[in-house]
Amino acid sequence: MSQDIFVVIEHLRGEVAEISYVMLAGARQLSQSSGGNVTAILLGHNAQGLTGNLAADKALYVDHAALAEFTSDAYITALAGPIREHAPRAVIFGHSSIGMDIASGLSAKLGLPIVASCRSFTAEGKFVSQICGGKIMAEGDLPGPTALVTMVPGGYKAEQGQSAQPPAVTTVPAPTLEGLRVALKQYIEPDTSDVDITKEAMLVSVGRGIQNKDNIGLANELAEALGCAVSASRPVVDQGWMPTTRLIGKSGKRVKPKIYLALGISGAPEHVEGMADSNVIIAINTDQNAPIFTVAKYGATIDMFDLLPVLTEKVKQAK
Amino acid sequence: MPIRETFWNIPHWAEITQYVLALLTAIVFLYGILRHVLRWRKGKPEKRFDRLGGRLWSFIVQVFGQRRTLDEAYPGIMHFTIFWGMLVLAIGTALATVDWDVTHLFFGFQFLTGWVYIIFELTLDILGLLVIVGLGMAIYRRYASRPARLQNFPAKALARDDAYVLIMLTLITISGYLTEGLRLAVTQPEWAVWSPIGNVIAAAFLSIGDPTNQALHLVIWAFHILTAFGVLAFLPFTKLFHIFSVPLNIFFRSMKPAGALPAANMEGGMGVKEWKQFTWKQLLDFDSCTRCGRCQDVCPAYASAQILSPRNMMIKLDAHLWDKNGHSLHGEVIAADELWACTTCRACVQVCPAFIDHISTFVDMRRHLVDQGRMDKMLQDALANVGRYGNSFGQSDRMRAKWTQGIQPPVPDARREPVEYLWFVGDYASYNATLTEITRMTAAVFQKAGLNFGILYDGERNSGNDVRRVGEEGLFEMLAEKNSQVLSKVQFQTIVTTDPHTYNTLKNEYKWDGNRPNILHYAELLDQLICAGRLKFSKKLGYKVTYHDPCYLGRYNDVYDAPRRVIEATGCQVIEMPRCRERAFCCGAGGGRIWMEEKDIKERPSESRIREAVNLEGVNTFVVACPKDATMYRDAVKTTGNESRLAVKDLIELVHAAL
Amino acid sequence: MKIAVPVKFVPDLVEELTIDPSGAALDTSWLRLIINEFDDHAVEQAILLKERGGGQVTVMMTESDGADDFLFTAAAKGADQLVKLTGDFSSINNHALAHVYADLLKELQPDLVLTGVQAHNDIDGAVGPLLAELLGLPYVGYVAGLTVQGDKAVVRKEYSGGLVAEIEVKLPAVLGIQAAEQPPRYVAYSKIRQVMGTAKIEERPVAGLDLSGGTAVSRLFQPEAAERATMLEGGADEVADRLVAIFKEIGTL
Repeated sequence: MSQDIFVVIEHLRGEVAEISYVMLAGARQLSQSSGGNVTAILLGHNAQGLTGNLAADKALYVDHAALAEFTSDAYITALAGPIREHAPRAVIFGHSSIGMDIASGLSAKLGLPIVASCRSFTAEGKFVSQICGGKIMAEGDLPGPTALVTMVPGGYKAEQGQSAQPPAVTTVPAPTLEGLRVALKQYIEPDTSDVDITKEAMLVSVGRGIQNKDNIGLANELAEALGCAVSASRPVVDQGWMPTTRLIGKSGKRVKPKIYLALGISGAPEHVEGMADSNVIIAINTDQNAPIFTVAKYGATIDMFDLLPVLTEKVKQAK
Repeated sequence: MPIRETFWNIPHWAEITQYVLALLTAIVFLYGILRHVLRWRKGKPEKRFDRLGGRLWSFIVQVFGQRRTLDEAYPGIMHFTIFWGMLVLAIGTALATVDWDVTHLFFGFQFLTGWVYIIFELTLDILGLLVIVGLGMAIYRRYASRPARLQNFPAKALARDDAYVLIMLTLITISGYLTEGLRLAVTQPEWAVWSPIGNVIAAAFLSIGDPTNQALHLVIWAFHILTAFGVLAFLPFTKLFHIFSVPLNIFFRSMKPAGALPAANMEGGMGVKEWKQFTWKQLLDFDSCTRCGRCQDVCPAYASAQILSPRNMMIKLDAHLWDKNGHSLHGEVIAADELWACTTCRACVQVCPAFIDHISTFVDMRRHLVDQGRMDKMLQDALANVGRYGNSFGQSDRMRAKWTQGIQPPVPDARREPVEYLWFVGDYASYNATLTEITRMTAAVFQKAGLNFGILYDGERNSGNDVRRVGEEGLFEMLAEKNSQVLSKVQFQTIVTTDPHTYNTLKNEYKWDGNRPNILHYAELLDQLICAGRLKFSKKLGYKVTYHDPCYLGRYNDVYDAPRRVIEATGCQVIEMPRCRERAFCCGAGGGRIWMEEKDIKERPSESRIREAVNLEGVNTFVVACPKDATMYRDAVKTTGNESRLAVKDLIELVHAAL
Repeated sequence: MKIAVPVKFVPDLVEELTIDPSGAALDTSWLRLIINEFDDHAVEQAILLKERGGGQVTVMMTESDGADDFLFTAAAKGADQLVKLTGDFSSINNHALAHVYADLLKELQPDLVLTGVQAHNDIDGAVGPLLAELLGLPYVGYVAGLTVQGDKAVVRKEYSGGLVAEIEVKLPAVLGIQAAEQPPRYVAYSKIRQVMGTAKIEERPVAGLDLSGGTAVSRLFQPEAAERATMLEGGADEVADRLVAIFKEIGTL
């Protein structure tokens, strides 16, 4: 039993996922109240180099050919040992396609409590989770003895979890990984033929409020005047009004433009995850209670259909 | 004494042959008619024998008076002349047959003699000319002026049918004249002048002389007889069948209120999956289409994207009834996009000279698509929202009366206290943020008029008018049930609606068990208040405005004058758009279209309408009386760039401003 | 193939959420429940699999307002067996729910368990992976489409950035559905009404719940006003002017 905070580093195809740094940043804050160290756990195969910029006091590295790519089966088996053995105060996972596949399973397997959708920790070491589509925050004492936590982005900046000082790495022998029932067959690359919205300095992003495919033309006109691209939230892409290459959010792209202009986007956590790191977020939404206004720097409740033609005209004049 | 020698110059064998031919013609003709009748009988039953007097009267006015056909001058006159000309010629021929084969044969006398014969000859001669004029107009129209609505259906067989009818009728009429002319040229009776056309032709043949003329007469007579019998025999197999199907269709037209949609077929799933699930009257509808294309000309769906042409739908459905290749009705014959494109504006039904009810057919087919869950995502969401929250906006029912916040004195809750007027506010006026101001203004006007009114707050639900027209009959029934339940517990005298769609279904489709309350659209109520002196204006606004008739107020419920009187009472002058009143052009939102995705559109109906209004000299205000219109046209003035030239105002805004 | 779909209801976010006087729970008097949207996708995916390759679909949920309607709707879509667990579920958490479902599923022995990848009120983890561990089955979440080949399923797992992994899972398995291959279908009301006359809901009483695995919350609150955006007031003209100024200031214009 220790007061250490473990962070399960997420990585895909040779790159540490951004959520890992957010988790490290959260872990650092939590470690201050718990009084332990921050330990990064990295599972992989020939991936030790990925620990380089992790803001952790130390790193545990588990190497095995079966851990080369993420699969829930192998990860759960490989993590159960170290967690049992070290019994840290908390183990932090991403509230993501990787972390969510394993955290709850480990909770059931090891009989440990779990806290989901954690956005931040308080100075007293309490968790603050974001639930009900971002409309409600839930606070509570971190359950013991070891709390498994899945973290959503938004509470910490990724930079806070990065460090120029690499942690000391301890290699941990891998358990036997046999009889695995889950195996990666292949990755299917995202379509790259379209504009790369992650590289745009500004994005005009449309959500459900755009109402129909035709109205996307209004957003296109504004984007054209501004010399930037149009992106979209999930409902718009699900309708087939925009290609998936323009999707922003959990299952889409993660962007950080200088300005993110959100038109008719309510701001569900799945979307916010993809754009929370933008420099300035401006939200236009007729619903004054939309969660988007809690992440935006500027907001307006004006009808976007009133605003768009005027704004496009004024932008053209201003150039 | 003037008389015509029947079968003059006709050898006995030819006379006999003619009677044999007549018998054959009758057999083929009757078989053809029977074929149609048997086809109609494959449809589902439907009662169409109510109000016989009304039926008979409309039959007389519309068939013999050609009332609706004459709504359009050129095609109207064209058809009127051919119709009456051919009708009288047919009666004439029948009289001649009776004269010879009945009275003469059995009773030994003829009535077509003397002055009766003279009038007979003169009438037929002149009406024949009328037919020629009408046919000339038709030929010119179809092959020279070529209006778009007659052109664009790519079925060669139909073009042949069109040509066949024109050629045959022309040949029959001309050969008839020639036969008469030749007879007169040879016999030269002193009463020949009473057949003026025949006489002119006779003069032309005089130089040829006998016996050539006599031989010529026989040949042309034979030709005349052959073409006439041919046309008659095959009449049920050509477009000419409409002379039977259309009068029947007019006689059996719906005598119910236009706003009451027939209930859904529920056997083998909801709606119509295959053609035998249509009613016999719907099958008669398809068989009655003459392809005149008037419906297509007024169809907003056709004008905006050409996805749907009511005319082409009828043509395809009719062809499908006779199709032996087993094409499926949905998908192969009629595409879902066509069905969804309809705004149910009723413009097609209103202009159809054959009194076809396109909309009941479209809705029946939509019902099947809904039954199969085949619809676009937006519509799905809207229906799911209406089902769950009672409004298409997917907002909480508790937010329905949010617009009343801050109104003093508060708007009474009709569920708690008896009211004289129960205001059924409707989804758009309640939830659409951009309409809140108008809705509050309506409340303010009601208060100023000292009206004892109340609303249902969260007890109100979407009335279901458009839900029903989308084809979701089960959901409509549920909504109607829930609204009726709430209404049954409220004490009121009159229902006032903001939305014409709500107005329509409450008035025409809700089951009131014989106790239907007085139901008014707010334009009617304002009109009554003004007439009764309860609403007095302090200002004359002096605008020049145009007024857009909402489909469900105008065409569906014949409320045209009340809103105009209200506008004039506010001191505004109404300048009519070319398409006004019964011919008003739909905004494109009806029939659930407002919940559906727009497919590739050339020009939105609402944009076309705004351009129409902008062309009116001096008009700067576009007055609407429907919340959906307000949103549609506010958008359209923006997208057409006419914001500075035309202001879209609700009727209530004028009233409020003039108080 | 037997497919089981355990689902749950969550608070409907369309309704305004209020917190009860204890400060640690939602005010249930104002609460209205709705199917967890991911669970709705799981049902759709199950029906799609059945339509493609045959099989038997069992949908199960705990008793609550609207449960019958939901189950009948599932039957109208094509579900074969409807199970409603009855008992007191007022204080249930996902761990307890997973235990209840696990008992039922051990009996049912499905080849595939499909469930929503998450729910917006999950606080003690997600039902799917908990259930997988309790049943000793493999789990893959964030699944958007799959095919079954013999005793294996090939699933499309979504990662952020639009990356998709094709993953092979040995059956039986539990899958967390992110999105069905097509959006949940619409069922006409008349169809549901019809099904109500023919379909049967099996009721299974649940005696006691093991609530020990849950996570205690001491305080619920709404995101604070301080975190809210600076609101730009006025009409289109004024807002547009302010925006143009902001664009210039930040240098995108």
